[in-house]
Amino acid sequence: MRGIRRTRVLAAAVTAALCVPAAGVGSGQGLPTSIGKGEGQLNLIAWEGYTQPQWVKPFQKSTGCTVHAKYAGSSDEMVTLMRSGGGSQYDMVSASGDASLRLIYGKDVQPVNPALIPDYKNFIPALKSPPHNTVGGKHYGISLQWGPNTLLYNTAKVKSKPTSWAAIYDAKYKGKVTVPDNPIQIADAALYLSKAQAGLGIKDPYELNEKQFAAAVALLKKQKPLIKKYWALASDEIDLFKNGDAVIGASWPYQTNTLKAAKVPVADVIPKEGATGWADTWMLSAKAKHPNCAYKWMQWVSTPKVQAQQAISFGETPANLKACAWMDKLAKGTCAQYHANAPTAYFNSIRFWKTPVADCGNGKKDCMDYTKWQQAWTQLKG
Amino acid sequence: MLLLAPPLFAFGLVYLASLVALLVSAFWSVDAFTTEIVHIWNVDNFRTLWDESAYRTIALRTIGIAAAVTVTDAVLAFPFAYFMARVAGPRRRALLFVLVLLPLWSSYLVRVYVWRLILNQDGVLNWALGKVGLPDAHIAYTNVAVWIVFSYVWLPFMILPVYGALERIPDSLLEASRDLGARGFLTLRKIVLPLALPGLVAGSIFTFSLTLGDYVTPLLAGGSSSQFIGNVVYSSVGVSNNVPFAAAFATVPLAVMAVYLLIARRLGAFEAM
Repeated sequence: MRGIRRTRVLAAAVTAALCVPAAGVGSGQGLPTSIGKGEGQLNLIAWEGYTQPQWVKPFQKSTGCTVHAKYAGSSDEMVTLMRSGGGSQYDMVSASGDASLRLIYGKDVQPVNPALIPDYKNFIPALKSPPHNTVGGKHYGISLQWGPNTLLYNTAKVKSKPTSWAAIYDAKYKGKVTVPDNPIQIADAALYLSKAQAGLGIKDPYELNEKQFAAAVALLKKQKPLIKKYWALASDEIDLFKNGDAVIGASWPYQTNTLKAAKVPVADVIPKEGATGWADTWMLSAKAKHPNCAYKWMQWVSTPKVQAQQAISFGETPANLKACAWMDKLAKGTCAQYHANAPTAYFNSIRFWKTPVADCGNGKKDCMDYTKWQQAWTQLKG
Repeated sequence: MLLLAPPLFAFGLVYLASLVALLVSAFWSVDAFTTEIVHIWNVDNFRTLWDESAYRTIALRTIGIAAAVTVTDAVLAFPFAYFMARVAGPRRRALLFVLVLLPLWSSYLVRVYVWRLILNQDGVLNWALGKVGLPDAHIAYTNVAVWIVFSYVWLPFMILPVYGALERIPDSLLEASRDLGARGFLTLRKIVLPLALPGLVAGSIFTFSLTLGDYVTPLLAGGSSSQFIGNVVYSSVGVSNNVPFAAAFATVPLAVMAVYLLIARRLGAFEAM
């Protein structure tokens, strides 16, 4: 009990401290309209590879904001970190869609003013106010990059190019399949079922009622004997493909690039059912201590050149349409390779990660929430 | 007594206080939506552990593999320690000591990853099997791999106490046994083994408890059904932010070890350490 009371007092103290100084960006009283002087520090929670020196160093030099980045291994870890230490320890997080709503509804992040980010107007329209970071017309962060979860296969072992996600549920690859060790993998099963068993009526793989959810979990249970390993780190999956322990599995473009660079005969494909994917957002902590530096960071990472650098470095698609020209300037052909010039159809074929919630908009509040997903996943792995 | 007070106080604070905190938080729960800890006493966590067969499977797997590793290490360590203590000369004994301890100089993670390289599909093992015309083994990323890796990494912790126990057996006892007409095997069974037992049990405390609490080896070397209690605790804290459930599950190895130590004390293991 004492713990709670102390946190509240602390929270009040922090809020008070934020309101008193004449900083340009104040929290709690509407959106800021200008960005003040940087506070000299910026504490980030990021995906590994999102704070590379090639774009962090020039940022520090021009703004005087020293960046301290903490890498997180999963969306769940990001949420946990954002809530640790009363929530004021970190200023920003590069949250994927399956974490962003949890952070918004948990009041861990605060709305930002996109008018202060000049490059916002160059974003692809779908990422200006996407449902995973914009709630009730309020923008809880600025979109960053996106990409699909692809079907990766060994071209020497899998002779005919797979066209359906059915391949990773096919007994023919028994003991040679690998999928991510992540509860959100249930959505991949649901996406496949939405086409394979249309009778279930799955419209959105993240909004599943009890029956649909049970069908997806049952499919994954059937898949389990085929699985060599549920991979937790990208490097795990790379090892599995390199050493012949897996020949097919769910993956990110990053692994495909790394394996190809290592001369492993692999290819990836977006199957006919479409794919799940991620769309990341830089979000501002509700108790950020360095909001001015945070806004300067959002401006910086949205610029075409930095967007291009990050896209090539990580293997994903930038939100800024102007990044395409920079990508080809930095490494010829990468704009097309990472779909930075992709038509809207490509974007629309991807069902982006979002947090499953009980109230999924059908008015019945009968969808399975993320706690259920986590429990089902733990029990599935058993 | 006065000199002992500060270390005892530190011990009590560090060990006992953290254990108490663990036990207390096991009876709290977490708000599903905000993942804040709700400080209301309940036994829901223990009920979930009991009702869900998955958690029973995980607990039994953890204890089962820990037991298998302990037996394996005991069987491997005994002849080795016997040779070191009673057969080898001083120079060879020193060399064997270095060999036993050598793996401990390198990182635990490196040793687990090396086993992955040995066992995987295109690894050293299958390469060697192929050379002699045998079919591929499919050990990588299975519970067998977990068992092998654990047995390897904890072996020194079994050899050393067994060596200590064997070295302390007076030569006169073995001579007396021979004088009374006992052959080698009978002497081993009636004299050496009973006197070495405390050492074996002491070693087993290390191998059993180290395996019971580990989560890295199952994560790296295990396959699709290799979760240990430690893995569930880790993901409950680091992933779902559900400290109370993690605490509840962590009481299981605690209880198992308490029982184990009581039995070990009966067998005289603490005198051999």
